[in-house]
Amino acid sequence: MFNVERWQEIFETIRKNKLRTFLTGLSVASGIFILVILLAIGQGMQNGVAKEFENDAANRISVWTGVTSESYKGLNPGRRIQMDNRDYETAEAKNIDKLEYRSGVYSIWGGLTTYNNESGSYRIEGVRGDYQFLENASMVKGRFINNSDLDGYEKVAVIGNRVYQDLFKQKNAIGEYIKITGIQFKVVGVYTDPGGEREETRIFIPLTTSQRIYNAGNDLRSLVFTLKPEDNFEQALEASEAFSAQLENDLKTRYSVSPTDERAVNINNSLENAKRFYDLMNMIRWFFWGVGICTIIAGVVGVSNIMLIIVKERTKEIGIRKAIGAQPLSIIGMVLHESIFVTAIAGFVGLVFSLALLEFVGPLIETDYIRNPSVDFGVAITTVIILIAAGTLAGFFPARRAAKIKPIIALRDE
Amino acid sequence: MGSNSLHVLKGIDFEVAEGEMVSIMGSSGSGKSTLLNILGMLDEADEGTYHLDGKPIKNLNEKIAAKYRNQFLGFIFQSFNLINYKTALDNVAMPLYYQGVNRKIRMEKAHHYLEKVGLADWATHLPNELSGGQKQRVAIARALASDPKVLLADEPTGALDTTTSYEVMELIQGINDEGKTILCVTHEDDIAHMCKRIVNLKDGVIIDDSPVQQVRAKEAQKKALHHV
Repeated sequence: MFNVERWQEIFETIRKNKLRTFLTGLSVASGIFILVILLAIGQGMQNGVAKEFENDAANRISVWTGVTSESYKGLNPGRRIQMDNRDYETAEAKNIDKLEYRSGVYSIWGGLTTYNNESGSYRIEGVRGDYQFLENASMVKGRFINNSDLDGYEKVAVIGNRVYQDLFKQKNAIGEYIKITGIQFKVVGVYTDPGGEREETRIFIPLTTSQRIYNAGNDLRSLVFTLKPEDNFEQALEASEAFSAQLENDLKTRYSVSPTDERAVNINNSLENAKRFYDLMNMIRWFFWGVGICTIIAGVVGVSNIMLIIVKERTKEIGIRKAIGAQPLSIIGMVLHESIFVTAIAGFVGLVFSLALLEFVGPLIETDYIRNPSVDFGVAITTVIILIAAGTLAGFFPARRAAKIKPIIALRDE
Repeated sequence: MGSNSLHVLKGIDFEVAEGEMVSIMGSSGSGKSTLLNILGMLDEADEGTYHLDGKPIKNLNEKIAAKYRNQFLGFIFQSFNLINYKTALDNVAMPLYYQGVNRKIRMEKAHHYLEKVGLADWATHLPNELSGGQKQRVAIARALASDPKVLLADEPTGALDTTTSYEVMELIQGINDEGKTILCVTHEDDIAHMCKRIVNLKDGVIIDDSPVQQVRAKEAQKKALHHV
């Protein structure tokens, strides 16, 4: 490796074949360049998706029940499962440290609502105070449902922005009374929801009030939770999956539902949905790796070809060397050394160019799905290892051929 | 390449003592180059034995052949076979490089041998800056550099004019005078007679093997000049 003579020889052959070496190097350099850029875009896509999910209450877990589809413990299928306050309290008590926001929900579809002469049919949801954050709703005017509303069974309503426009036509709504399914409610707030119009055609009232006026007793339609944030996605996913599983298990045990029944208890875990995106991203990343490596292989074949030609051209020289005592191993070393050198230099040039491009152009890319494309140190190291492996591979076959040259044939005068 | 084999040598039996200077003569196709290649371990005989310095030379793998060539033999070729991007000095130092001699000693030795062939001033020149005779001198210096037991010369003067040929032969004779064994393939009568013994080959067999009165190259040179 640290042999002055050998380095001199390499520089000599490179100097003699500038264009050829340049073109070969170019193919390797562009291979590495493409690989790094692809990997960076993969990372950028992942960053982009991660950002998308950060914007929502991404770790929301909601539970609703339906009809059993399997017979279990002597019970027929087709049973309707109805949750109640006890389920909510159990979940709350078991996970009080982990939960961030929580609410039980009792809602009815199509509650006719009137204000003076205006009327409309909206979804009425009885909720707790935390529900504002679970929905990611923000107040335009007034306030959301609070604990004293719940404790006092107050007849207060928080209406969506769309409902406000339908009924009040830009007039002041706070403090006004609306009739929901014939019962007077005082409007205490107007909210807006990033989910858009469909999410804004709802009216929130205290959970206790809704259970009482609709004769629901302790019944709940659904439970909604978020967990406290974790340090990273993997931990968050793990915690959230564990929580979902525990919740499902508790409900199924309590209502004697078969563990394999998929319809009676439904749990929607946003993080699991996110994970699907991440898995997709990973697949895309592997694909990018594949494409990049194929490009490098094309480069390597180029280097290999050039080395074969060089060996062919130097047949006589190699013959002379062998005649005066060169061992086959030293000939192999000579060819391998040159091949690794050319690949490594070209590869580093490609690496530097791609990293420079990412450094200067990367932060400017701000689309929905690609954010700050970049590669980490590990990836850079991996590409370096790939480079050296590629150089060795490129040199191996030509080197073997060189070692097999018989001096007697090489020295024969043409 | 065909699989047909051609028997070039058909039973050669001869011995060369240390310090001898033997010329191997014959018309082309007589097998003289093949004989030299076998002696030089560049080729192997199908049958028979070959002893060099008391060691049997057989079943050589590439590695051992390379080592023996490096230790025992020095080659001088008709077309010089210098490496054309290396200076005269580097060319001479090459066998020492393959012996693993360190760079400083290598260069000193190479310089010494270049001096011996009278080219000390040309050490940093590339082969294509040298005349044919000078190139052959560099090649001789290279052959001597590893201090071999035997020098094998394959038509050493084949590419040179008469005057230069005689100069080169004078150098080779001088080396022989110092005790090196030399085998020299040639088809030129005057060159052959500058050796001490002539082995004549024809169709792969020795037809004549006799000592001759050595003609000193210097004398021949003078004579040639007188003729002009």
